[in-house]
Amino acid sequence: MIPGSFAYHRPTSIGEAISLLADLGEEARPLAGGHSLIPMMKLRLAAPEHLVDLAGIPDLKGIRADGSDVVVGAMTTQHEIVASELLASKIPLLRETSLVIADPQVRYVGTLGGNVANGDPGNDMPAVMMCLGASYQVVGNSGERSISARDFYQGTYLTALRPGEILTNVRIPIPVAGHGFAYEKLKRKVGDYATAAAAVLLTMSGGTVTACSIGLTNVAGTPLWAEEAANVLTGSTLDAATVKRALTAAEAITSPASDGRGPAHYRTKMAGVMLARALASAKARAH
Amino acid sequence: MAKSQVSMTVNGKPADGLVEPRTLLIHFLREQLNLTGPHIGCDTSHCGACTVDLDGKSVKSCTMFAVQANGADIRTIEGMAAADGTLHVLQEAFREMHGLQCGFCTPGMIVRAYRLLEENKNPSEEEIRFGISGNLCRCTGYQNIVKAIQYAAAKINGVPFEEAAE
Repeated sequence: MIPGSFAYHRPTSIGEAISLLADLGEEARPLAGGHSLIPMMKLRLAAPEHLVDLAGIPDLKGIRADGSDVVVGAMTTQHEIVASELLASKIPLLRETSLVIADPQVRYVGTLGGNVANGDPGNDMPAVMMCLGASYQVVGNSGERSISARDFYQGTYLTALRPGEILTNVRIPIPVAGHGFAYEKLKRKVGDYATAAAAVLLTMSGGTVTACSIGLTNVAGTPLWAEEAANVLTGSTLDAATVKRALTAAEAITSPASDGRGPAHYRTKMAGVMLARALASAKARAH
Repeated sequence: MAKSQVSMTVNGKPADGLVEPRTLLIHFLREQLNLTGPHIGCDTSHCGACTVDLDGKSVKSCTMFAVQANGADIRTIEGMAAADGTLHVLQEAFREMHGLQCGFCTPGMIVRAYRLLEENKNPSEEEIRFGISGNLCRCTGYQNIVKAIQYAAAKINGVPFEEAAE
C-alpha cells in the first residue's frame, strides 16, 4: 500500500514547526512517531499534502522532574517511558500502561504526544492522563497555552487542539508517595486496542481511601474520567458493597460501540470488570 | 512530487538514493537497494516481517518513510552474517533449533531477536516471548523460535544450552 503524495518538512525548532504549520494551512499535518498516521495514509483514509516531521526538534524530547511535576516531552517514545527510572519511581502507572501499548517495535517509535493528541479513543494514554490530572502544553502562532487532559477530548478524533497548534509536552503532577495504581486492559491480542480498560490512582490511609481517580479507555467516543465512581469510593474501605456501587457508576457513563471487540453491553460490563481488577491491584500496592 | 536525496548506512555501507517523500523504507530497501530479506507481510505494522534494526531500535520498515530514516544506521538480515559467510550466532541457532518452517517471518524474527539480546543478554522464556510479540509466525513455530533465541543467548554467554523439559 502506497500513500498519496505529500511534501516532507523537517523543522529543527518548535518555532520553525509552528510557522510551517501556519504557512501550509489545513493541508499540513504534524508527524510524530507516525504509527497512527502512516497506516491511515497507506489506507488513503488520510491524505495530507504536507507532513511536518517533529522528530528533528530536540526541545520536544526528554523526561524531567520539575518541582512537584514530571514533564514528558511530546516526542518521547513509549520505549523511553518504559526505560525511565524517574517515571518508574515517581509515576509507575505510566510504565505499566506503555507496556500494554502495541508491541516492542511500535513502542520504539510511537510517542506519548501522538498517543494523547490524535484523539483516538482506542489510545491508552489519554484516560491515564485524565486519571493523573495531567495537563498538555500546546503552542501555536497565537502563543502558548495549557489544557487539562480532562478538558481536552471533545469527540472521536476531535480535541481542544486548534489547527496549527502542536503539543510540546505533558505535565504530570507526581502522585503522593505510597499511592496505589493500576492499568488493567482487556485486549484480544498483542497490539490490539482495548475492548475496555481502566486506570486507577488510589491513596489510602489506615485502610480508608483518602483520594481516588479513575480513567476509562475505549468505552465511549472519548476517554472518560469517572469522577462519580471515584467519589463513591473516597472515604470507603473498598468494601464489596461500595465497590459494586462504584462499578455501576462507572458503567453508567460508558457508551461503547458494538464492533469486532464485542457488543456494547459486553464492553460496558468489561469496563466494570477492568475497574474492579484495577482497584484490587491498586489497593494491594498502596501503602 | 519532487524527489529527495537520502543517505544512510545500511549493513555497514553507505547507501544513497532519490526517493519520493511517500516512499516507505521497506520499498526503498527492497526495490532500490535490492535488499529483499526484509519482507512485506501484512503491510499494516502488525506482523513484523519487515523489521529492521535502525539506530539501535527494532522498527517496522513498512510504517516509516525512507526520508525519516535519512542519516540512520540500519541493519537488515543481509547484514547479520560475517563477510566470509560465517553465520551470525542467531542464524546458526535458528538452523540448529529448527526455528523456521516456511521462513517468511525469519528475517524479521532474527533482526528483532538481535536487538532483544543486545538489550538483555540473558532473557527468560517469558521475556523472549514478550520481546518478540511484535513478530508473527504463521506456521506457528514459536516453540522452536524461542528455543533458538535461548540457544543463541547461551552461546553468547558462553554457557551450555540446556533445553527445557517439555
